[in-house]
Amino acid sequence: MLKIENLHAKVEDNDILKGLNIEVKAGEVHAIMGPNGAGKSTLASVVAGNENYEVTEGNIFLEGENIEDLSPDERAHKGVFLSFQYPVEIPGVTVTNFIKTAINAKRKANGLEDMPAAEMLKKIKEKSALLEIKKDFLSRSLNEGFSGGEKKRNEIFQMAMLEPKLAILDETDSGLDIDALRIVANGVNKLKSKDNAVIVITHYQRLLDYIIPDFVHVLADGKIIKSGGKELALELEEKGYDWLVK
Amino acid sequence: MSLQDKLAAAFKGNSKNASVENYKKEAFEAFSQKGFPTTKDEEWKYTSLRSVLKKEYGIESAKATNITQESITPFLVAGLDSYKLVFVDGVFQASLSDSIEEVSVKLLSEAIEDASYQDLFENKYNSLAKGFTSLTDLNTAFTNEGVVIQVAKSKVVSKPIELIYLASGETSAMLLQPRNLITVAENAEVKFIERHQSVANVATFNNVVTEVFVAQNGIFDLYKIQNDKDDASLVDATFVAQERDTVASVYTFTFGGNITRNNLSFYQNGPGCDSILNGVTILEGSQLVDNHTLVAHKSPDCQSNETYKGIYGGKSTGVFNGKVIVDQAAQRINAYQQNDSVLISDEATINSKPQLEIFADDVKCSHGCTIGQLDKSALFYMQQRGIPVKEAEALLMFAFCSDAIKEVKVPALKIKINQLMADKLGVNIQFDEIAE
Repeated sequence: MLKIENLHAKVEDNDILKGLNIEVKAGEVHAIMGPNGAGKSTLASVVAGNENYEVTEGNIFLEGENIEDLSPDERAHKGVFLSFQYPVEIPGVTVTNFIKTAINAKRKANGLEDMPAAEMLKKIKEKSALLEIKKDFLSRSLNEGFSGGEKKRNEIFQMAMLEPKLAILDETDSGLDIDALRIVANGVNKLKSKDNAVIVITHYQRLLDYIIPDFVHVLADGKIIKSGGKELALELEEKGYDWLVK
Repeated sequence: MSLQDKLAAAFKGNSKNASVENYKKEAFEAFSQKGFPTTKDEEWKYTSLRSVLKKEYGIESAKATNITQESITPFLVAGLDSYKLVFVDGVFQASLSDSIEEVSVKLLSEAIEDASYQDLFENKYNSLAKGFTSLTDLNTAFTNEGVVIQVAKSKVVSKPIELIYLASGETSAMLLQPRNLITVAENAEVKFIERHQSVANVATFNNVVTEVFVAQNGIFDLYKIQNDKDDASLVDATFVAQERDTVASVYTFTFGGNITRNNLSFYQNGPGCDSILNGVTILEGSQLVDNHTLVAHKSPDCQSNETYKGIYGGKSTGVFNGKVIVDQAAQRINAYQQNDSVLISDEATINSKPQLEIFADDVKCSHGCTIGQLDKSALFYMQQRGIPVKEAEALLMFAFCSDAIKEVKVPALKIKINQLMADKLGVNIQFDEIAE
């Protein structure tokens, strides 16, 4: 699904990723953990195509295709989804209209007609129920005045609507209380299939109790310095990162 | 010959109505003394009319026209059931207009000859406009057509009235000076849509004056669509006098034209008034909009609300001058003013000037002004969801303007405005759905 080779990236003049390698296959869940400033969010942004970051070396392949020259929207059309750590507020655009616009933009890019209104409505109903989102929430301006938990739930709602091949969840657990965490994790688990893949970026092991990873990687100083199974997350929770970094 | 000399030579001043004749003479005198405003005048500091005044304008109304129903359709609000009053080159076009039974409508040229209108001409006509600017006086001196509309007590007019002033461009460049007088009687309610539009791209200078009087408990809405050709300029002066417990709103949607100057003046003459002034501007090229507002808070327990949003590209210029005067008697009023601009080009300019003169002590007056660029992180967020950058920009700009549009009470008009915005932003997004 995703293959990253020797990725180097910088923002302004700071080198952040320094030769990162990872391969994620369809049907897998990978967790990326690591100390603050290790480059976790940069990795997410670079895969999604954020132009604030400059890739100086290396390759990113999505289903075998090098996506380096694709714009963020083109990557999204190919099935990349990033759940933002800090979702942006967009006053004046409702949750419903935003997701409709996004879905139809993707359909258009893939040569399809707009989704029929009835089908859209049905899908919105179904996916909002999955994330326990109330109806009035959908007619609010996107993320405007949302609580941290509401923002994250809305991210996963959009993910459910867009049905990406590759979902990257960037610290989706931050700011969530345990009930919201369960709802969000349940949403992600329902969307998992043998045809898609999920990368969970997190600082804490807690989320991984609910979204069980197949692999856990430790990212420090711009590289993956250790990989293992789900038990690695427990070890990190207990011992911290210092023993690995030193 | 300069335009001012040409006007001096053409001035007749005789009218079939003694009061109006007086106004014309006085106004011409005042205009002759002051002349056209220049950028030395504080109120016109950022708006130079020089290039507009250099054109060779015809100043007499033309008679013949080939304008047909078909040629005006693009300038109407599609799907809107309205009463249309159409003027071409300053002449009323009965065949293109609707007859209205619900309200009293009279052409200005006919009203001045009708004795039953005498009271209106003596007491209301020119009472707000007199001496406001030299251009207002110029209109008073030269105008020979427009509408006098009276809405009777407790009448709720069933559909909006569209005032459509067209310039055919068939003869030559034209100076057009229509004049409207609207009275809304006690407890009545009416909506207007106003448009000044050139059909061909020939220089046009519209110098328009509208006086509105809203009696107790009346509700008045006026929507101005300003999307004229590149060589057409508009100086508008709209005056709204509000008696107690009235609600009056004026919206300006400025998406085109060369120079557009909106002078909106509201006078709150009784307690419990609500005044709403909203504007949306999207300009490019060397276009200029100058929104000059005045809210005179003369009575207690009133509100005023101004929201102006502008998006400026190319070398376009925006001016916002929001004057609020709070008299000593106007206690417990709430005056709100917000002017937000986005500059999408390095060469675009915005000049924003709030002007508050407060003589009462128990009041709430706020004003805010922001100038910025489109939020890059918001663009990335939207692109990440699959929305191409151009659409994302448009959606952001649309969202930015939404505050000033959401209260538009005519759904078909809202759709029209959204479409005009989409055209202007060069995207094909279904804004009508977004506006729901």
